[in-house]
Amino acid sequence: MSSENNPILTLVWTFGLMSLFAVGGANAAIPEMYRVAVEVRHWMTDKQFADVFAISQLSPGPNVLIVTLIGYSVAGLGGALAATLAMCVPTAVLAYGVSRLLRRSAGWRWPAIVQAALVPLSIGLMGASGLILALSADRTWVAGLLTAATAALAFATRLNPLWLLLAGAFLGFAGVI
Amino acid sequence: MPPDSPPAAIVAPELPTSVPPSLIALFMAFAKMSLAGFGGVLVWARRGIVEQHRWMTAEEFNETFALCHFLPGPNVVNLSVVFGSRFRGVAGGIAAFAGLLGPPIVIVTVLAALYSRFGQIDALRRILAGVSCAAVGLLIAVVFRMMMPLIRDRDFVGLLVMLAVFIAIGLLRLPLPAVLLVAIPLSIAMTFVTRRRVSA
Repeated sequence: MSSENNPILTLVWTFGLMSLFAVGGANAAIPEMYRVAVEVRHWMTDKQFADVFAISQLSPGPNVLIVTLIGYSVAGLGGALAATLAMCVPTAVLAYGVSRLLRRSAGWRWPAIVQAALVPLSIGLMGASGLILALSADRTWVAGLLTAATAALAFATRLNPLWLLLAGAFLGFAGVI
Repeated sequence: MPPDSPPAAIVAPELPTSVPPSLIALFMAFAKMSLAGFGGVLVWARRGIVEQHRWMTAEEFNETFALCHFLPGPNVVNLSVVFGSRFRGVAGGIAAFAGLLGPPIVIVTVLAALYSRFGQIDALRRILAGVSCAAVGLLIAVVFRMMMPLIRDRDFVGLLVMLAVFIAIGLLRLPLPAVLLVAIPLSIAMTFVTRRRVSA
């Protein structure tokens, strides 16, 4: 296909399709992003993928911005915009359409059974995201320990996540990792 | 006035405003929530929409979010469009969408440019390595928090589905569309059967 030669078209096609399968949000689609960007298309190494995830978490805004960074690394500014819009617009249009349809029947909600069936699915997907990112980011046992400690602190306390990210930055800068 | 009488403002709680927000107000509100949101915007969206602007009650917000959560795609992005269009039609949806995504895209693109230029510098590599370790930890914490209700309710079907998806995607590295096309109908069917057995 001609899209193989045009990186922007490849990005639009890849992320437009992926967004329709992003059940549970952008973080649940990270394994698929990794599979496509690192394993199938070789857009980046897995170290770069971990970096891109870190940058997306360091910047304010929705989690979907990791797609902006992947797009940028493939095709610069145009790639960043194309990837982001491809990931966001199709499902936004779908959500708009569905919500308009549902407004006619006031008080409509998802059948409880669909909710109960989809929640564990999206937890499994996010767990896989955690595993894949941990394998990319945690190359030493100290790094693994930092991830485990951050997870425990964030789980047990209501500490602002930004402090934990800054603590990671500091430990990294100090050469501990 | 006796000292123990409550101030007037508490006696008459403010009702949700009936004036729909303007396009500029939608754009600005979502831009503010987005820029406040490190590690997720949802908390700030709830705070802004329900508490600060009183554009929705907490129940309306929960229902709108549930709709967006169980549709595919980035949840908060879906929420911005559904929310904006409810007040100002298509233009409102676009204004909220642009507010949510526009400013952070500028920031993240600047960071991407810096990374591609200076990403090889040793100090920056070390910092990013530390940040990514912590960022992964944050994600894992979210996963465990979401798991707690399943464990508390002894939802074995849910835990089984969760584990199966984790293995298929995380360990076997199967493509997402294929896994979902099998897992979604299977999970719905299993949930349906177990619920019927419980209620019977």
